[in-house]
Amino acid sequence: MEFTASQHAFAQALLHADQPLPPGLTGARGTADEARFAVYRNNVHVGLTRALAQRFGVSEKLVGPDFFVGMARAYAQDRKPSSPLIIDYGDEFPDFIAGFAPARALPYLPDVARLEAAWTRAYHAADAAPLTLAVLAPLAPEDLATLILRPHPSAALLRSPHPVGSIWAAHQGTDVTPVDDWRPETVLVVRPEMAVNVHVLPVRDGLFAALLFAGGSLGAAAEATLAEDPGFDFGAALVGLLTLGAFAAIAQGDVP
Amino acid sequence: MNRSTLALALAGSLATALAGAAFAAPLAPEKMVGNEKCYGVSLKGQNDCAAGAGTTCAGTSTMDYQGNAWKAVPKGTCVTMKGGMHMGSLAPIKS
Repeated sequence: MEFTASQHAFAQALLHADQPLPPGLTGARGTADEARFAVYRNNVHVGLTRALAQRFGVSEKLVGPDFFVGMARAYAQDRKPSSPLIIDYGDEFPDFIAGFAPARALPYLPDVARLEAAWTRAYHAADAAPLTLAVLAPLAPEDLATLILRPHPSAALLRSPHPVGSIWAAHQGTDVTPVDDWRPETVLVVRPEMAVNVHVLPVRDGLFAALLFAGGSLGAAAEATLAEDPGFDFGAALVGLLTLGAFAAIAQGDVP
Repeated sequence: MNRSTLALALAGSLATALAGAAFAAPLAPEKMVGNEKCYGVSLKGQNDCAAGAGTTCAGTSTMDYQGNAWKAVPKGTCVTMKGGMHMGSLAPIKS
């Protein structure tokens, strides 16, 4: 058997308990040993499900450990780590949860998991000095609208119809308090220096921030946001986002 | 809004905000970054220790892996989340 085929057979047997042992795999006595391979398979799954539980601790608290283990195993069943870095394992877990029927009673759970995934990515992201307000000083007014701000390498913006930031925050201590103000939240996760910060942005700035993160120019983002909400305060939003360290570079775009 | 009108409106709005932020001179980065009290709601989180996800070398000599053979319902802190779908009453889900 070719190496890749052999490797594939081994991986299939590892991930699926109903698959036969990989051909040619024997114990010291030269015979196949189902029980020993089952222990090895179990260890792999325990390792993967515990890695998910560590990364998605709030999600685990929300559904309870029994449910979480079941959900994590269902995920691990068909998903080998695609990277040798286990910190990356579970990047698709939030999307999996969104399609996982038993979790449908908690419509906010996928977004909570997305926040947790963004938190870990921010923690391990490249260091970069965030843009400061000083970059705005030398700009001519006519150049402002065409500017494009590049998000900080650690930054992620999560717009949710649920109060994901508040739910996440409520689970950071041992006592979990109910979230009384149940409304949509736009959450910015960013690590401008050593610590990961989680911020709930002002409601009316959510669209503006999302357009900037999608690569829109300041002018295009401001105009689209003002069209939705004439009371939007462009200056306050831009100063606020820069102050949080949301951006790392500035570029001049072509289209205003 | 035409191009020059927009440019002026944005510049004016920004000037007001910068004045309100009282940054007459550029601040050192370490003073600006993390100075989030005036904008957004900064949430306090547990840092670092829970960030590992990859430090696990958990193993076991027993076999508790049973694939998809489970029929659990969420019964964690979701029951305390007001505004959630079920307000504490979790109906069993057929799977």
